[in-house]
Amino acid sequence: VILGVLALYIVLVLVIGLASHKLFRGTGEDFFVATRTIGPFVLLMSLFGTNMTAFALLGASGEAYRTGIAVFGLMASSSALIIPAVFYFVGTRLWSLGKRYGYVTQVQFFRERYGSDTLGLLLFVALVCLLIPYVLIGMIAGGITVAQVTDGAVPEWVGNLVICLVVFIYVYYGGMRGTAWVNTFQTALFMVFGALTLAVVLHRMGGLEAAMTRVAEVRPDLLASAGKIRRLELLSYMFIPLSAGMFPHLFIHWLTAQRAAYFRYTISLYPVCIAFVWVPSVLLGIIAAADFPGLPPAAANSVILRLITLHAPGILAGLLAAGVFSTCMNSLDSQVLALGTMFTHDIVRHYGLHDRMTEKQELLVGRLFVSLILAITFGLSLVTARSIFKLGIWTFTGFASLFPIVVAALFWKRSTRQGAIASVVTVAVLWTWFFLRAGNDPDYSVGGTGLMPVAVTLAASTAALCIVSLMTRPPDQAVLDRFFERA
Amino acid sequence: VLALFLLHDDSWLWSDRRLVMGLPAGMIYHLAYCLAATAVMALLVLRFWPQHLEVEPEPAEPREPGGSR
Repeated sequence: VILGVLALYIVLVLVIGLASHKLFRGTGEDFFVATRTIGPFVLLMSLFGTNMTAFALLGASGEAYRTGIAVFGLMASSSALIIPAVFYFVGTRLWSLGKRYGYVTQVQFFRERYGSDTLGLLLFVALVCLLIPYVLIGMIAGGITVAQVTDGAVPEWVGNLVICLVVFIYVYYGGMRGTAWVNTFQTALFMVFGALTLAVVLHRMGGLEAAMTRVAEVRPDLLASAGKIRRLELLSYMFIPLSAGMFPHLFIHWLTAQRAAYFRYTISLYPVCIAFVWVPSVLLGIIAAADFPGLPPAAANSVILRLITLHAPGILAGLLAAGVFSTCMNSLDSQVLALGTMFTHDIVRHYGLHDRMTEKQELLVGRLFVSLILAITFGLSLVTARSIFKLGIWTFTGFASLFPIVVAALFWKRSTRQGAIASVVTVAVLWTWFFLRAGNDPDYSVGGTGLMPVAVTLAASTAALCIVSLMTRPPDQAVLDRFFERA
Repeated sequence: VLALFLLHDDSWLWSDRRLVMGLPAGMIYHLAYCLAATAVMALLVLRFWPQHLEVEPEPAEPREPGGSR
């Protein structure tokens, strides 16, 4: 029954994605940014849905299972402030420049702002490398969902593969419009079903007070931050949501807005939407700790699904599992589209390779690149046994550390291409160093102090950008006039 | 925004395990924090919206296809 509901859900997603093709205008701009015609509601839902990934449902509940309510302060409330602030200060300005100069990718913007191909290529590599673990999160979560709801009858790798194929089909047939439509549908679905899952589980456990009183008896340590996280950890997690300013898939979604005014709804409603998704996730994670004690971090990824299969009957379990499945696909589709868009624009077209290809061949090359990335990610999903939450944090750390570049590009006239390059190189070196040093330690912090690597990489990236910029020749006035005139 | 940034630290509830209306006190605080963030963002977009972005930008300039520099 559950598999049947999931199959129906997948068909529905494909129908929505493919239906959007009817509005396709046959142009590249329409495929990549929906001709910048997305309205306020779809913009809110697609931006929120793209950013609220399996990380927010499976990752958050898995981490709440381990560290209790502290995870809400670490990621939810910090994101509720920082992400809409990033949209307000950065997103609207990038939208304006994108609409004015016809940008489709971040690399195009940075390449022209700093007049540097080297920076463009470096950023392309860095952004693609950082996107891979993010894509991996959605893929792992899809596999876990299918395996858990079928009680292991369908192995995880089948779920990973199915989610890849479904996303690949509707992204490449529906383009950005299809992705935005499916995102809107899926966001509504997982917001409703997340709350519904909590309601069903709480009902079966005798209500909120009874469920939480039980947690207070069995695992009182999960009800406070003390002993679970350190003060420096809470502080340094405030930097993690800055990653939203450098996500390639968010950048592309920003560009789809028809008017700047449409950002108003997204910015003001974003914090409430975050609370709406994270409260059920965190509470379910805590409740699961009382029901299924002793799970290792990777297995804790599936606690919501364990609760669903324990407390919800047949069709309802299928519907709730579809809600979980939707979060897995919600970001994966935008990331896949972003990867294809970046490769087509930043490599194939920029380096003139398209002169030797037909439009069909160009599209094929873009799809082959995405297939290659998906194949690499699929391979990684078979051997990765990390917590979804921690995997997400590593990805966000990299993107957040690149944030000074976009701030400088928009607000600091004195910043130079050499400064930006120094910043990217600093991030690449430090991120790799910290990642290797942390290994599989889920509680890794700098020197065991609680300070997260993001604080160090962000500070170093900022310092490199500022020092090298001040030591090199200021940018030409013509460039400054172009980028600081109106945005 | 800066004040909210500072208020994110909930030191006074660090060890508080009380349940308030069925929810842990620390979680209630951060939930209220999300609502406060909503209010601040609403204020930003209503009172301090960057009006120059509202001006309809010119149509996209034709790009030099694939021109590398």
